[in-house]
This record gives sequence, structure tokens and C-alpha cells, in this order.
Amino acid sequence: MGHAYTPGLTVTERTVIRKRRLLPIPGTVLAKAGDRVRAETVVARAELPGKVHVVNVANLLGLAPDEIQDYLVKKEGEAVGQDEVIAENKPFIRWFKTEVRSPIRGKVESVSTITGQVLLREPPRPLERLAYVDGAVVDLHPGQGVTVETSCSMVQGIFGIGGETWGELVMAVGSPEKTVSVSQLLPAMKNKIVVGGAFLGIETMKRAREIGIAGLVVGGIHDKDLRELLGYDLGVAITGTEQVGFTLVITEGFGTIPMAAKTFELLARHAGQKASISGATQIRAGVIRPEILIPQTTDSPGAGPAGRAVPATERSGIRIGDHVRIIRDPLFGRIGRVTALPTDLRQIETESVVRVLEVKFADGTSAVIPRANVEIIEGE
Amino acid sequence: MTASAQSSREMTAAQPLRVIIATDCGSTTTKAILIEKLGNEYRQTHRGEAPTTVEAPFEDVTRGVLNSFAELEELSGRKILDGERIITPNRAAQGEPKVGVDIYISTSSAGGGLQMMVAGAVQSMTGESAQRCALGAGAIVMDVLASNDGRLPHEKIERIRSLRPDMILLSGGTDGGTVTHVVELAEYISAAEPRPRLGMSYQLPLIYAGNKDARDRIKEILGGKTSLVITDNIRPVLERENLGPARTKIHDLFLEHVMAQAPGYKKLLEWTGAPIMPTPAAVGLIMETIAKKENLNLIGVDIGGATTDVFSVFGGVFNRTVSANLGLSYSVSNVLAEAGLANILRWVPFTIEEQTLRNRIKNKMIRPTTIPQTLDELQIEHAIAREALRLALAHHASLATGLKGVQQERTISDIFEQTASGKSLIDMLQLDLIVGSGGILSHAPRRVQAMLMMVDAYEPLGVTRLSVDSIFMMPHLGVLSTVNEQAATDVFVRDCMIYLGTCVAPIGQGKEGERCADYTITFGEGRSPERGTLAFGDLRLFPLGRDDRAQIELRPAKQVDLGEGRGVSVTREVRGGEVGLLLDGRGRPLQLPANLEARLAALTRWHRAVDLYPGKS
Repeated sequence: MGHAYTPGLTVTERTVIRKRRLLPIPGTVLAKAGDRVRAETVVARAELPGKVHVVNVANLLGLAPDEIQDYLVKKEGEAVGQDEVIAENKPFIRWFKTEVRSPIRGKVESVSTITGQVLLREPPRPLERLAYVDGAVVDLHPGQGVTVETSCSMVQGIFGIGGETWGELVMAVGSPEKTVSVSQLLPAMKNKIVVGGAFLGIETMKRAREIGIAGLVVGGIHDKDLRELLGYDLGVAITGTEQVGFTLVITEGFGTIPMAAKTFELLARHAGQKASISGATQIRAGVIRPEILIPQTTDSPGAGPAGRAVPATERSGIRIGDHVRIIRDPLFGRIGRVTALPTDLRQIETESVVRVLEVKFADGTSAVIPRANVEIIEGE
Repeated sequence: MTASAQSSREMTAAQPLRVIIATDCGSTTTKAILIEKLGNEYRQTHRGEAPTTVEAPFEDVTRGVLNSFAELEELSGRKILDGERIITPNRAAQGEPKVGVDIYISTSSAGGGLQMMVAGAVQSMTGESAQRCALGAGAIVMDVLASNDGRLPHEKIERIRSLRPDMILLSGGTDGGTVTHVVELAEYISAAEPRPRLGMSYQLPLIYAGNKDARDRIKEILGGKTSLVITDNIRPVLERENLGPARTKIHDLFLEHVMAQAPGYKKLLEWTGAPIMPTPAAVGLIMETIAKKENLNLIGVDIGGATTDVFSVFGGVFNRTVSANLGLSYSVSNVLAEAGLANILRWVPFTIEEQTLRNRIKNKMIRPTTIPQTLDELQIEHAIAREALRLALAHHASLATGLKGVQQERTISDIFEQTASGKSLIDMLQLDLIVGSGGILSHAPRRVQAMLMMVDAYEPLGVTRLSVDSIFMMPHLGVLSTVNEQAATDVFVRDCMIYLGTCVAPIGQGKEGERCADYTITFGEGRSPERGTLAFGDLRLFPLGRDDRAQIELRPAKQVDLGEGRGVSVTREVRGGEVGLLLDGRGRPLQLPANLEARLAALTRWHRAVDLYPGKS
């Protein structure tokens, strides 16, 4: 059997990341190669075709579909205003006149003499792509967007909801095992990224929304609170478009789980700095994990294109001494170091025969765990 | 079958195949198997696997394929590769028996498989036919668009625009019927200007398989905006479906457009000696082949991490459905959302707080590669699997139906039995065989666990045989059957299928402990017959080996039916397997006690009766 796949999440003080900031449809690139950009800078813009509305003129005027051309006041390609007449019949007595009005402002897209439909299209909507992180434009993709590079500290979460946002990093608690209470969220945290410890509940989330907190980063939450927040039971972990008032990133999992000390300490060191976060998660082909990026404020040696981050997928496997998180009950959330990697297969309680490893915890105890049930904490 | 598959079959029929290598490029793992002709029969001899490399940083599917070959080389001692070239044919004739293979074939579901949107004029008629056509071709159906689907025109257009399918199948109208509805759908698709999922540089493939009188209009509307292919109507008359030509076109376009856009596939297409098939299409093909060969009614299920595929063949009619969001890792949370907590908890033989269970399920969703480490965790996964299997079969039964909208002749005797058209083809009493596949079933620590999961989820009626796919090689065998049917059948029977045994389940309900049926089981030579009374609430297991058969005579209570009518005795020959003969007296429909304590006691008793779990059972 090939090497066991052991997923890992990056927690690193210094790395260089590149973000492709592309439009979903072709448009205009506004930034130039070498430009310094801020998270809120518009780097590319496109016009999203407007919504299409269908009006069945034949039905409304009581005509056969192939007759409608003669009754149209507006022809294909012409602009129309809201409530403007687009078709009318021509009765002998004016009282019997029937008019068909446009439900929208836009233009006549097409006319069908088979179905008797007229398709109207709303004006295009501008679509802007922002830089999302403070950094430099290092690559242009004509008609599509740019690549922004930044030297930053990086934390990958395990799950999140909500889209990209940014703000000043603020610590709500003093240690990673603390729970964030409602009273710890203050009005001064508006538009900021607030870091908690092991857990925060639905009441705290509601308070965050009231205050206008931009983002929350915490060790764990309860699934039932997530359901209340979203208003539905999340079935598949493809997220990033939710609009609950803030972006949420959980670093450990569901339940009350102290944030890994390394993660908490890194975030605490950067309190007061600007961070960009995204809750977008996709746990299927092409894994996307939520992230917290803290761009470095001053240029320093080692930063720049040469210091490219090493993607987690390039790791060859797990090694003795690696820092790991246990990601399945009964020791879910515990963090320790790998002390042995036996090559032989072992039978576990379920009677499955699997590859295992031995982990030693900070309190001196140790455990034998299936290799599939640990996650390497990446980064130096 | 595509034209190229046909020519490949002709080509390979001419030269005998002795060594075959086959891969299935799944979304996470590429699985390779080696099949060799040993004496007069083909056997699967070795297996290798490697992570699939469609995504960054590799973005070339052939890397994973080569890695899986490298593992096969290591395990089998056969030299398959010369650098990055597959050595064909095998060099036995040149005195090098361990060098080369005769053919390489593959299936693929990498990068999310084949994702389609289908459209039909009327949802329950051409809409369903289009759906069956796409599903049978191995696609995931993202949405079914129909004139009467209840959405407003602008909502339909927005939906088409927001979905990015690999291709669209447009049907509607019988030949010579109305053209208006299908043209209307074409206008919506045109207005939405749909774009393909992969690549920005090519037009979205669209297959038109509707009223032939509308073809010119469809060309006018969609010819310039899509890569339009026109084929025979899938519903030329209301009474008949004609899915074959459209399915063939789907496979052709899958290869020409979708596969060609996926990273590395151009190279892979050059390597293979037969067209690459979408994985579910290949699994469907092998199931259909076996059902027809042995004249069986069967249900096959492949329960994966993200999706559950169900296949059925009843009366020679093949159907396939995919429940895109029912699975045991990526989609595990969706099983909870769809089944509800109570339905999952009813299978768990201990008490657990709702919050704890919910959090555990979500943790499995976000870390899908983890495995149960404790018995409790295993039992929870098995409980969720039962619900995923049950829901996927219910979904399948709703689509595997006779044609709707067909006029039926009624006689005076039918007045009191008004059966609507479009009745489900799934008849559990006529079912001969259940084939389970997917990690939770194929790799259950005890085979009886797989058997009971399927029995609990499907509630088979009467006498039904059950089996599992040993190492998930049905995709490989499906594509192999297009090249060499004997090789595919040999391996399927000898190496792929693991027969678990037979379940005998009387239909009817009664009080716990009340007589359900008396039984006499007569075994082969040297084994005394078993006689006894099966009571309601009983589960009994009798060992019966894979090659063994037994005669069972059942004399049911007066309200109990064994397929021949209430109270009618039945004698049947039953076949064994790794688990044996299971007599299920829990009643049909199966009812679990509503009271928590009684339910836990019943589950514990049943688990003990079949030795389901270690220790605690």
C-alpha cells in the first residue's frame, strides 16, 4: 500500500501566498503588474448580464405566436423603460385596446414567433473583484484578473461560513481553552476580526451580529447553534456564500475544543494588525479550507516570490516528532507528538485492521491511534 | 455502446487477451487491478492504488495512474511500464512471461464525474425520461427543467445560468406533437447562455433528443450558442422510451468534451484500448450483464463518501439513480438532514445525547477520511449507513417506474383496482439478489454487519440472496465487459462477488413472541435438519457455506405471507455464503419498538442473535 494520506492544516508565522483573483466571466483588469494593492482595492471589473424576464405577448393579446411581430411596439434590441408599452393590439374601438407593458427597465432581447414570447433583459450589473489581501500584483490574466502575492502569517481553519472580509485582529479571551461569553464582545469590536478560545454559543453569535463584528475565529461551535444561525441543517460542506452578518472560522471542530496553542499564540502575537479571512470551505475534490491571513506590515528579508509557501499536499507523509491533532473520538481535539510509527497493521476495538501510530501528550500520557484519525499541524 | 467501443471489441476479439490492466480514476483514489488468464479462466490477481492527481499541484490524471501501476508492478513482479509507456502486448511469447499487458482500460469519476442538466417539456413524462437517460449514462443530474416545474421563466433562466453542467440534454414532445414547449425551453437556455464547468474556451455540449419537428428551430436558437448535437427523440411516442441513441451521444460527448478538458485525459485516452467510461455507467453495465445472463431481478448499491448509486434490473429493465448528497463522509451530515435524527437514533443500540451525536456527525463531515476507532462510533456509522441506504432506495424506486402518461386499457374488473401508470418497477418480493458495494459494506469488520445493514435498510420480502463487492472492482469489470465479456464474468463470479447468504423474511406483523412461521431446514449430507418456530421479533442465523444449498420449508401463521399468499406454506431452495441463512421474524414492514428501553433491548437481542459486534453484543 502507498503512503497513508494524512491531511494537515497550515499554521505558520511566515509564508508567501499567491491568490488568483479572477472574474467569473471575462471583463476588464484594472490593476497593473507590480501594483501594491490593499484588500479593498478593485483589481478587475466585469458586467454581469442582466436578469431575463419573459412576457408571453401572444397569450396576453390573444394572438397566434407567429402574428406577434405585427403588434410589437418595441423591436429586438430596442431599449424599454419599466411599464413602457412593448406590444398592443389594434382594435376598431379604442376602449378594447390591450397593452402589454414591460415589467422591467432594460432591452428587448429576443422575440419568438413559435412560442409568442418576448424576452426582456435587465441592464448589466457591474461585478467587481477585490484584491482581498494587502500585497502586490505579480501576474496579470488578461480579461480575467490578477494574481496578488503577499508575505503573511497564515492559519487554516477546518470549517467556516461566510465570504471574504478583513479587519483588525482582536483577542476576546486570554487563553485558548476559554469560552467566549456575550459580555466579552464589545461595541468597539465593530468591523474587526475577533478571536475566541474553545467555544462560542448562539447567543454570542447573535451579539456579534448586533455589534457588526466582521469575523469570528474560534476552536469549536455546536452543530445545533450552526443550524440556528443558518436557519437550516447544513448537509454538505460547501460554504462561503452564507450571509449571517459575519464570517466564522472554526479551527478545531464541532464541540467545545480548545484552540491549538500554536494557533492561539500566533493570532495573539498579531493582535492589532489587519487580517483577511474567508469562511469558504469545500471538503470534496479540490479541498478549500477557511483561512486567516495576516499580511506582514514591513518588508523584511526572505519575503517575496522566492519564499513561496509549500502547499500541504506536497508533504510526503507523517514523521516521528510531528505535531498532530487527534480528529476522531474518543480523544478528539487532543494534541500531541508522534512517538512511533509501527509498520505492521493492528486490530483496533472495532476489529478493523489498520495502520496506527503512537502519540504522546503534554501530560505525559500516550495513546495508539489509527493513522487516519490524526492531522498534522503544518508549519514551522 | 459507442462506435469506437464496438471497433475495440472487434479488435480485441481477434487477439486473445491474457493479461489485462484496468483502472478506476475516482475522485480521491485511482484503483488499478491486474487480471490474468490462469488456465481456462480469468482471475483478478493483484491490486494497487494511489491518490488521484486531477487537482493541483499535479493536474494530470496520468500521474496517479502511473503510481497505481508502479504499486501493481511491485506487488505482482510484472513489468508493466517502460518509462511512462505501457508495454503491450504481453511478452510471454518472447519468453518474458512477466513483462507487458495485452490491454489497458479505464473508468473515471474524477473531478466530480459527469454532471448534467436535463430538460423536458412535461416533468413527469419527457422530464423523467431525460433524467433516466442521463442517469443511465452515468451522470449526476444537477437539475430537471420542465415547462411545468413550477418555476417562473426568469427563475429557470437564473438556475440554468448559475449551474455549470458538463452538458445539457434537451428533450420534449413526441415526434409530430407540439413544438411550442420544447422551443420555449430552448429559448430559456439560449437566454441563460450557459457555460461549461471545465474550461472557458469551448461551447457547452447540448444534446437535443426531442420532437424531430422542432429540430430546425432548435438549431436556429441554440446552434450558435452551444455545441449542439441532434439525435433521436428519447420519447418518440408516449408509450415508448428510446434512450439508447441519446445515451450513446452522452458517452461520445463525455469523451470528446468533458474528458478532453480534464487535466491529463488526452494522454489517458491514447493509452486505453477501449473508450473510458464514466464509473457509474460501467457499474451499471456489469450489473445489467449479470442480471440478464442469470435471469435475475437485482438491486445493486454503491454507497460512497459523497454519493450513493442505486442500480436495479427488474424484468430485464435497467435503471440507475444517484443520490448525489447521500454518503458516509462528505455527505454524512446530509443523511442526518434528510433522514432526521430520530431515524438514525432508532438503529443505535445505546443512548447518546442529541448534541453529542450532531457534533460527531459534523466532525466526520469536515474530516471525512477518519475511521471509527471505538465500537460505539462504528455502530453510529452503521446506523447512518442504514438510513443512507434506505433513502437512496426510496429515491430510486420513485424514478425506476413504468412510463407515466401512458393510456391504459381498463376492463370492468379493473374498476376496483385503479393502478396509475408509472408504477414503481421495484418489487421487493420479486427481488432475487442484492449486491452491496462501497467501503462501509465491503470493508465492514464482520460480514454479517454488511448483511444486516442491507436487510434493515431494504427490508427484503420473502427469499432474497445478498452479496458484497469484495474490493470495488465492478467499474473495472463493467468496462472490461465491453471488450471481453467472458473475462468480466469470470472475475465477477470468482473474485468480485462475495456471497453473504440468504435472508428469509415473512410478510406480516404480530406481537413479539407470537408464532410467525414454523420452519424445517434440510441441509446436505451429514448435517441434521433444523426444525423450529420463528416467533415475531426473532432473528435467527444458520451457518451455510458459500457453495452450500439447503431446502427450507416454512409454514406461516394465518396472517403471514411468504409470497404465495397468507398462511400458505412455501418450500424453497436457498444458497449460503460467508454469513449463512438468516431468518428474519421481525415482521414486514419492519417495526422497531417506539419505547426507548424496549428498542434498545430489541436491538441488543438481535445483535447478539447474529453475533453482530464483538464484546458488548
